[in-house]
Amino acid sequence: MSRFGDYLSEHFETIFRWFTILCAATVLIIMAAMFVNLAWNARLAIGEFGIGFLWSDVWDPALNRYGAFSSIYGTLVSTAIAMVIAVPMSVVIALFLVELAHPTVSKVVGGAIELLAAIPSIIYGMWGLFVFAPFMAETVQPFLQETLGLEKAPLIGKLFSGAPMGIGMLTAGIILALMVLPFITAVMRDVFAMVPPVVKESAYGMGSTTWEVTHKVTLRYGIQGVIGACFLGLGRALGETMAVTFVIGNAHRISASLFDAGNSIASTLANEFAEASEPIYLHSLIYLGLVLLVMTFLIQFAAQWWVRRLKKSMGTGL
Amino acid sequence: MKKASNTRRRELTDLTMRIVSGTASLIGIFFLVWILWTVGNNGIAAFNYDFFTALPTPPGIEGGGLANAIAGTLLITVLAAFIGVPLGLFTGVYLAEFGRNTRFGGMVRFTINITMGIPSIIVGLFVYTLLVLPFKHFSAYAGAAALAIIMLPVIARTTEDMLNLVPNSLRESALAIGMPRWRAIVSILFRSARSGLLTGILLAVARVSGETAPLLFTAMNSPYWMKGLAEPTANLTVTIFNYAMSPFDDWKTLAWGASLLIMATVLGVNLLARTLLREKTR
Repeated sequence: MSRFGDYLSEHFETIFRWFTILCAATVLIIMAAMFVNLAWNARLAIGEFGIGFLWSDVWDPALNRYGAFSSIYGTLVSTAIAMVIAVPMSVVIALFLVELAHPTVSKVVGGAIELLAAIPSIIYGMWGLFVFAPFMAETVQPFLQETLGLEKAPLIGKLFSGAPMGIGMLTAGIILALMVLPFITAVMRDVFAMVPPVVKESAYGMGSTTWEVTHKVTLRYGIQGVIGACFLGLGRALGETMAVTFVIGNAHRISASLFDAGNSIASTLANEFAEASEPIYLHSLIYLGLVLLVMTFLIQFAAQWWVRRLKKSMGTGL
Repeated sequence: MKKASNTRRRELTDLTMRIVSGTASLIGIFFLVWILWTVGNNGIAAFNYDFFTALPTPPGIEGGGLANAIAGTLLITVLAAFIGVPLGLFTGVYLAEFGRNTRFGGMVRFTINITMGIPSIIVGLFVYTLLVLPFKHFSAYAGAAALAIIMLPVIARTTEDMLNLVPNSLRESALAIGMPRWRAIVSILFRSARSGLLTGILLAVARVSGETAPLLFTAMNSPYWMKGLAEPTANLTVTIFNYAMSPFDDWKTLAWGASLLIMATVLGVNLLARTLLREKTR
């Protein structure tokens, strides 16, 4: 004991230090291993379909032909719907929390919005499938089609055509919007709160209204932070799995109508993994996962780079 | 005259935007209440003695419960915490204490932020290729590893942030009385940042205990009690997914019960963590 014990106590400082370095290094190793492992386990599909996998829209397990296009399309469309709804909503909610509401009200409302982020994805799925999708089918979709007459509208009519089933792209997009809303709102709130009071007060002093101060001063001042917030929300929406899987309908189909069933990369993985008996099927699914990994990695990379640049230019923590 | 109408228009726009922003906030809260109410209402109906003590039964047979899934979720989460908490904690220690201004530290910090945004289903897929494919069976430890990978960056980030809040004079006085650095970190810095660290850990545990996607390919599911860590393990979230998609009403009821249990736990831990933090800042 004694010799080893002596060695240990003498060098414990160095050992401890190297232990923390080792822990920190695991993060890098995991990240690198993710790419290597997924690429290696997708090798059959990569060899068979090559880069053309990305724009091939065939998905036929019976013939063992696979292409990612319908899944990528669904991922992008549902994410786009989510962002179109969530970003403007986040701006006005952040405005309400920072500028308009009484501090106590702001605290309560802000807490409630944050709580939306804590609800697990699968709960959104359950609620979406059993409560929200029927509501969409019975109320919202007929309202959009008939009362607003969007089905027959020129240009965008195609988007709102088809039978109102409740399940589909639009429902998935709305639920995604709800899920990324708290993340974007939180960052926007910080950005709004960071604008120096002097800047705002000088605008008020010139007789601006609250809304004018917000969109001409606060938003301009914090535009970079707002863009960073959107990136973060975008990254989250792209990879969201369970909630989307429950409500998107899971059909390998590309349809102009937002009411139609589709799929996303994540929902395809969640749904079909158990069925993948053939090696090429499994490898195609992992290839699909690799595509999603690269997509989210690039977006996160851009977001982090952006936020870092921002921190440097503003000199404060975001 | 023209000036007055201009002012009116501006004031009207302002009023409209005030109403819009208030309404948007209300819509957010409305959805929160809607979800909570739906899950609460449907979930309560599933709770009974069997739900917590019995094994699942085939559809149509009375008296099934999710005791094995409850135990499985607890086990996987605790196991994940055993791996993820020390790893994350010491990564955070490195970033805040040893690698604050180093290149390597910067790289790790950057990677951690990116890892936080990697979809959980990809983490599940990764662990599948790492721990399931080579051993040819789903297992509780694979599930725990996937959850640990999700926890790691969250805990590392909060640990770093919390240690950065500790004033430097505390470090200096510890070192000045001859303490080695590790001792200063473990018994002085950890202690003074205690509630912050605990909050980070609680939030990370809360987050992963509601995760489904990473468990689909790793722990999978099972209708039986587990016999060891190296086999498919029942857990609440994957059970919800399987049962909700099934055509059987009694299974759907169980899925609602499991949803309520998971949601109440996650939100409960979340609120607890936040109260802890608020006490600290006060």
